[in-house]
Amino acid sequence: MKLAHVTWKELKHRRASLVSGLIAITLGIAVIVGIRAVTRASEYAVTVQLDSLGANVLVLPQGASVDEYHTADIDAPTFPEEYVETMVTSGLLGVENISPKLTRRTEVNGTSIVLTGVLPDSEVAKKPVWLMEGLVDGDGGGHVCKGRHGAAADPRLKRNIIEELDPGECLVGSAAAKRLGLEVGSVVTVKTAELEVIAINDPTGTVDDDRLFMHLHAMQDLLGIGKQLSVIEVMGCCSAISDGLLSKLRNILPDTRVTSISQIVSTQIETNRLMDRLSWGVLFIVLLVGGLSIGNYMWANVNQRRREIGIMRMLGAKRSSILGVLLAKALVLGVVGGLIGYGLGTIVVVGFGPDILGIEVEALPVWLGLSVLLATVVAVLGSLLPAWLASRFDPSANMQEV
Amino acid sequence: MLLATRGLGKRYARGRVAVDALQDVGVDIEEGAFVTVTGPSGSGKTTLLLTLAGLLRPSAGEIHFRGEPVQELSDAAWAAFRRKHLGFVMQNFSLVPYLTALENVMLPMTLAGTPSAEREPRARVLLDRVELGDRMEHLPRELSAGQQQRVAIARALANNPALILADEPTGNLDPALADDVLALLKKLNEEDGTAILMVTHSPRAAEVGTARIHLEAGRIVSGNGTA
Repeated sequence: MKLAHVTWKELKHRRASLVSGLIAITLGIAVIVGIRAVTRASEYAVTVQLDSLGANVLVLPQGASVDEYHTADIDAPTFPEEYVETMVTSGLLGVENISPKLTRRTEVNGTSIVLTGVLPDSEVAKKPVWLMEGLVDGDGGGHVCKGRHGAAADPRLKRNIIEELDPGECLVGSAAAKRLGLEVGSVVTVKTAELEVIAINDPTGTVDDDRLFMHLHAMQDLLGIGKQLSVIEVMGCCSAISDGLLSKLRNILPDTRVTSISQIVSTQIETNRLMDRLSWGVLFIVLLVGGLSIGNYMWANVNQRRREIGIMRMLGAKRSSILGVLLAKALVLGVVGGLIGYGLGTIVVVGFGPDILGIEVEALPVWLGLSVLLATVVAVLGSLLPAWLASRFDPSANMQEV
Repeated sequence: MLLATRGLGKRYARGRVAVDALQDVGVDIEEGAFVTVTGPSGSGKTTLLLTLAGLLRPSAGEIHFRGEPVQELSDAAWAAFRRKHLGFVMQNFSLVPYLTALENVMLPMTLAGTPSAEREPRARVLLDRVELGDRMEHLPRELSAGQQQRVAIARALANNPALILADEPTGNLDPALADDVLALLKKLNEEDGTAILMVTHSPRAAEVGTARIHLEAGRIVSGNGTA
């Protein structure tokens, strides 16, 4: 028989106490895991919302103004499309997505309209999330913001209509469609090209509502201006923008004008900062409450065991042996409670998150190990003081109680 | 001489009042002796026993074990002393409730670091000796009071101590069981030569010993442990 056996037997003997201890630890960890998962999901949801604000960095031709980007004058300056390749291969950190565009005002059926050439994949990916690979047939090799990996796989974020934009097809903004009298399936003639309308975009309240979108390369051919672009819209990671992404872009593309859309950037930075603080604040409070709950249980357990601690001291147990027996229990409860707590917290928030919170909550596998570690550390720390005090119980007092 | 005290005193502070539980106590316990300590409630019997075990610190005097002073030992050294030299039999048995009889007897050996292969065979021998060979896997609550006390006696012998300190070992037993336990203690004392210091209220139990000490108000009024 070893002292660990004494711990094991005590655990089995006091099942009710074991269950209540496990419940205390399990609930503490479940709450921590649940809140962490919900916080992460909330951060993600906020990120998606922020991303929907659109590009936050514009790469314009040298000498072009933001006004020209919006008005798309016929003689607005352009730059070579190969700049896109330059950006992709530069290995810049913090560039989530690149969307090259060519914009020109033209007449369709006697109505002035802004024609915008887009690369379908990149246009899909630009607004919601990173997916820089979409720019060059899924092989772009760009870098993404920390914590946003995998977001592009989220089907909620895909705009399949644009992904399927062929050279003979076009998308029409809601206002433009009304002015031109177009509907899905209509054929619209732009200069010499006949384009089938494959979708009418929902109103966005932006300049996009007045535009007609067609394939970039088809538009370049149609206008006969070669591989030229009006703008590269960049979705930059807001922290990377803070860290000097703009000047890095200027170094890579010296013949361009790189500018940020400050309102979007500042909103993103502020919101991310707020979410980060909120997340850590909640974690701290939950840890404190969970830790106190576990410590309280261990304190009660040690007091319940005063008699046997007295017996062991009488028999000549070292204080370290008493401490070991008590802390071994905390260790067992921490490991088991951490595992069950992770499972419970994950099941609850993943299972009920969409119904109760209205957001998809994903499991956080990395928190499996963290939960066990956290529960163990908190249980051991919570037990340390009562165990240490127990090892110093006056054995004569305990024996006289016996 | 196995154990001797000179001028042993123990003073408690009860609120603002100092209580002398032991005063100028001198005892001599020979190797293999069976000494009984009698006296009325509050006379200091249990205090004497706890002080000799290092579970209470004396306020005055000396304790010598085989000629060596031990009263100044540290807590850790006293714990080691108890593991090596002392066995205990208490009124309420003091068994760990979730350990079987066998495990309770093995516990002192575990604490003393006895090689693990030796623990169980020795515990089985000891339980056989106290006639509990068929109750080894029983928990204390599954045993009668007399059987529990016999487990405690087997446990007291686990590390082959020089001295067993017994505090009212028959206090919770009916007369028939009390006689059994006393007979067992006497037998072990005679067969093994293990010295026993037994605190008791019972004049009948006190007769079992080879020497007697009578305490009143913390002072020895008769006997000193020698026959």
